[in-house]
Amino acid sequence: MAEKHKLLEVNQLTMDFGGLRAVDGVTLQVCEGEIAALIGPNGAGKTTFFNCVTGIYAPTRGDILLHPKGLKTRRLNGLKPNRVTEMGLARTFQNIRLFSDMTVLENVMIGRTCRTQAGIFRSILRTKATRIEEQEIVETSYQLLQKVGLGPFANEFAKNLPYGAQRRLEIARALATEPFLLLLDEPAAGMNPQETADLDHLICRISADDRIAILLIEHDMKLVMNISNPIFVMEYGKKIAEGSPQQIKDNPQVIEAYLGEETDA
Amino acid sequence: MKNLKQSLAVALWFIFLTFPLMVVKVNTSDSLVEWRWWNILWVGLGTFALSFVWRHALARKEARQMAAQAGQEELIGPGPFERVMANQTLRNQFMFGLLIFALIFPWTFDTYQTTIMISALIYVILGLGLNITVGLAGLLDLGYVAFFAVGAYAYALLNHHFGLGFWTVLPVGGLLSCLFGVILGFPILRLRGDYLAIVTLGFGMIIKVVLENWSEFSFGPSGIANIDKPGLFGLAMDIDAATTYIYYIAIALVIFTVFVTTRLRNSRIGRAWIALREDEIACVAMGIDMARTKLSAYALGAYWAGMVGVLFAAKTTFINPASFTFMESAIILSIVVLGGMGSILGVILGAFILILMPEYLRAFSEYRMLAFGAAMVLMMIFRPQGIITNIRQKYEYKGLKEETEHG
Repeated sequence: MAEKHKLLEVNQLTMDFGGLRAVDGVTLQVCEGEIAALIGPNGAGKTTFFNCVTGIYAPTRGDILLHPKGLKTRRLNGLKPNRVTEMGLARTFQNIRLFSDMTVLENVMIGRTCRTQAGIFRSILRTKATRIEEQEIVETSYQLLQKVGLGPFANEFAKNLPYGAQRRLEIARALATEPFLLLLDEPAAGMNPQETADLDHLICRISADDRIAILLIEHDMKLVMNISNPIFVMEYGKKIAEGSPQQIKDNPQVIEAYLGEETDA
Repeated sequence: MKNLKQSLAVALWFIFLTFPLMVVKVNTSDSLVEWRWWNILWVGLGTFALSFVWRHALARKEARQMAAQAGQEELIGPGPFERVMANQTLRNQFMFGLLIFALIFPWTFDTYQTTIMISALIYVILGLGLNITVGLAGLLDLGYVAFFAVGAYAYALLNHHFGLGFWTVLPVGGLLSCLFGVILGFPILRLRGDYLAIVTLGFGMIIKVVLENWSEFSFGPSGIANIDKPGLFGLAMDIDAATTYIYYIAIALVIFTVFVTTRLRNSRIGRAWIALREDEIACVAMGIDMARTKLSAYALGAYWAGMVGVLFAAKTTFINPASFTFMESAIILSIVVLGGMGSILGVILGAFILILMPEYLRAFSEYRMLAFGAAMVLMMIFRPQGIITNIRQKYEYKGLKEETEHG
């Protein structure tokens, strides 16, 4: 792993909400070509960690460094979410946040906004360049929809899609921003086993075909153990373990964290 | 059957409630009690009919909602009007007819009608401008009339002090309004919903108070008179000709506004506005610059108000702060909401209904606000999406693997 190119490097990230320390000194790296997973019981601070990395929260302490290939390293702390996305780090949301009154295609087209230029005057005059750009947006977006298997639904309203399809649409929308690192927040939540298997396949394809590294939060252990390596485990805001699926399965601390959770549930 | 029974109960209850008011009439001078039994019948019949219609409409709405949930029917489906608009040839014919009507209007009707039509057209432009801010970007603006005032005063003052003409100030008024839009936009970038509404309401008030009290600048409540009407190469025009001329300017400005706002809505920027309305967090996470998008929505919404404010000042030749009250903002907002948020045709129709109806129903002008309120409540219950829903842009795409799917 050492010789691989690190894309995301998070050092000692801490996030306080008043007196509550939601994320406590978490360090992790995601390297090129990896599908990394971040797991842990509910309330462990996984989503807060995501929100810090993607700029929705400004972390209290620690460094978030992005090393795009061929470009110089950028520190993400305190940057606005749209700047983070422009740098090539896209995300999906745990509680689906689609633009529900827009069509499926338009949802993906929104993802293209940060990669296109047409300004106010160009939009009003609708110059040739603008028309070409618009067509490019439509084509690319539609191809992404086909990729996640939503081609036939392009003109449906996003809110009318079934749950699993909405999750895949979120992935397509994130891909439209041309990321090199994709953060998926519980992509399989609420999916049936068949949908989860499809998702498993889709994530592997995104990783292999598009050479996009992936960091995912997930509770579906079968999915996590199947596709991801390395796995990071969080509990009460702290990282308690990291390693390959086998190492994680055998880690006594991890077992304790999960069994402790189960007695509550 | 259940509806009938319930309506009957309601009617009886109303008869009982209104009995002392409607039936018993005490004549104190003659110490007589008059019994007006016929009124029972009218109250009973009236409430029964209203209640029945109300229940029937509600039941229909619920049934449709159930059908929509079961996936059988689109809840906010296209009405007959949307279907006409979706058809290209029908639409062109309709537009052509409308244009002809608009062009011959001042020649077929008298100056009074034309004047009313000009004010309706002014509200059409105001509605279309506010539609950008409220309908597309979802930023509730209760002080929109402030931008209108900026435009009107820009023309009045520039004309008064420097003798600048209508055509020179027309773009200046718009741009000045844009500037005010950005000035208002900056401090309220972080606000949402109720807070945003209150700040914009305050902004509207501030502009009005400033205009009323800063007499050296704006001539206070007495206003500015003798503003030049728009000129046409120095041609001398009588009042009828001038009205007709302003009418055509208003038509041209409406066409210009419709053209630009349609293009904006169907562009990358328009999509960003709609996305911002739908979900702010997802919007920024998708790489959209929230500050820029919000400011552009304010500035471009304000532009139209400023532009049409110049026209307003030129039309009335006299302006004072009383023309720019909160009531105006509320009417413009009602136009957008009634017409259909984000729908350009809906807003145009809404403006005509809300501005022309009170003009032609002068006899009932006392009940104007009552009718307004009732219309709003009924709209919100039965057609919350407005008179005409937003007509969606169609996209053409080829896709991978020679698949050609068109929706």
